[in-house]
Amino acid sequence: MPRKNSDSLGQGTREPSASSGITRRSFLKGTGIGAASLAAVRLQLPAVVAEVQEPPVPAVGPDPVPVTLQVNGQTYTVRVEPRITLADALREHLDLTGTKVICDRGMCGGCTVLLDGEPVLACMLLAIAAQGKAIRTVEGLAQSDTQLDPLQDAFITYDALQCGYCTPGMLMSCRALLDRNPKPSLADIKAAVSGNICRCGTYPHVFAAVLAASGQDPRLAQQG
Amino acid sequence: MHAITYEAPKSLEHALRLLAAAGEKGRVLAGGTDLLIQMRAGVRTPERLIDAKTIPELQVLSFSPHEGLRLGAAVPCYRIVEDPVLCQHYPGLVEAAGLIGSVQIKNRCTVGGNLCNGSPAADTTPALIALGAVCYVASPRGTRTVAVEDFVVSPGRTVLQPDEVLVEFRIPAPPPHTADCYQRFIPRNEMDIAVVGVGAAVTLDGEVCTAARIGLGAVAPTPLFAREASASLVGKPLDDEAIATAAELAQKIARPITDMRGTAEYRLHLVGVLTRRVLKVAAERARAR
Ligand SMILES: Cc1cc2nc3c(=O)[nH]c(=O)nc-3n(C[C@H](O)[C@H](O)[C@H](O)COP(=O)(O)OP(=O)(O)OC[C@H]3O[C@@H](n4cnc5c(N)ncnc54)[C@H](O)[C@@H]3O)c2cc1C
Ligand code: FES
Ligand code: FES
Repeated sequence: MPRKNSDSLGQGTREPSASSGITRRSFLKGTGIGAASLAAVRLQLPAVVAEVQEPPVPAVGPDPVPVTLQVNGQTYTVRVEPRITLADALREHLDLTGTKVICDRGMCGGCTVLLDGEPVLACMLLAIAAQGKAIRTVEGLAQSDTQLDPLQDAFITYDALQCGYCTPGMLMSCRALLDRNPKPSLADIKAAVSGNICRCGTYPHVFAAVLAASGQDPRLAQQG
Repeated sequence: MHAITYEAPKSLEHALRLLAAAGEKGRVLAGGTDLLIQMRAGVRTPERLIDAKTIPELQVLSFSPHEGLRLGAAVPCYRIVEDPVLCQHYPGLVEAAGLIGSVQIKNRCTVGGNLCNGSPAADTTPALIALGAVCYVASPRGTRTVAVEDFVVSPGRTVLQPDEVLVEFRIPAPPPHTADCYQRFIPRNEMDIAVVGVGAAVTLDGEVCTAARIGLGAVAPTPLFAREASASLVGKPLDDEAIATAAELAQKIARPITDMRGTAEYRLHLVGVLTRRVLKVAAERARAR
């Protein structure tokens, strides 16, 4: 489901993406002004590369290589093979087992983490490709052992979990939603967790928790 | 997953050199939402992955009334869905990109990957065909262009050579009173592969249709441009009768299979239904412009 247009108009700004150096804001402005921006990004296709040269940087791997990850504000360097996913690097190498691997194929959302503030699937991302990005996992939500994120408190208050296996992913999707849209409608909440599969069927309680955490009436969760 | 090497090129030229050096063992990685699954299943076994997301030339997204849309192959789908300019000019493309996967998938997956994966059911492909999108493909030998409808040659295979990179799509600016629409049929609300998908773009002069393009997905080994169906609309008022005729012509070129998602007969029926629906919506949108 597309996000609401109101969101795209800059309520929640995205972090600049490290790979492109393009912020959401500057990008929107860019397409908005059309022709003026076009000249700046004119396609520069390379002249024919006459002979095949050796790659300037040797290929990385397949043996373990140092991979530096910024997780929850801390910088870690692990030695992993390039084929290792971010989910496995977090769980097996950094002992951050809050991120759950359930389907390992992009279908369930259990492994949702925030990459530069945006929810992505850690099972569908190579750890080595996540370098240079701010990664936030469920361990990074609580401010301390005694002070949970308000969203976590609301999940407890509104009983938004049963077996709890989907919960870390659910929390990360909802946190990302609230970061960009502090007062989401029920439809917004449903769209935000549509990629998070909860077998226990806790959805109405998740909706109530997110409504409450955003200062809205949790009973709205029953309206659809 | 088998052992791989990984490279993050800093430019298109760098990427082309890396791909050329890798030969048959190389493959471009974009969002990875198709490729990583196929590698885990052993369906594709590239040994050297070259990351498209780090190539600045593949991140271009710009629109001008003269040049139309330039859509970089590695632009993540969320950028398409959220862009007010695209929502205004290419609502059908936005609809197609918005249908792919979940929020998390859209944050990573790309239109380039959707096409290069070569699936006949890729959602953005019929929408691109309807818009007359052209692919810019680069290799050490230079650049060539390929129409989107000619890009996929069989399920999972495209015209791309091992040393070629899809750089961007170019889509003409919509003339006045032009609009597009994409719809697919799936048995549940989301997170499924299209049983049938149809995209259409029409241009109106008053009530008369002056240009039309219809793209079909999941009804043949490759996505299709419904040439005759599209041509049948031109010069006629875009009324129920013309739309019904176009839908029948679209059904004629469909060669669907029977699988767990639906029988061939059912798919054929859906081609008719969806072609009529997208033409009606596109026409309404075109009138409103
Ligand atoms: C849960 C889930 C739901 C999904 N739902 C949908 C859906 O509803 N509709 C739909 O159509 N698809 C769906 N998909 C499939 C997939 O997400 C899309 O096809 C997506 O657009 C692929 O893009 P990507 O960037 O992830 O491609 P990748 O997986 O990175 O690449 C796909 C292929 O294209 C090649 N490639 C990519 N970019 C280039 C380039 N620039 N030049 C040369 N080759 C390139 C790669 O080598 C690879 O073979 C879904 C997938 C998942 C996991
Ligand atoms: S474990 Fe990643 S989506 Fe299911
Ligand atoms: S609480 Fe059990 S899967 Fe969601």
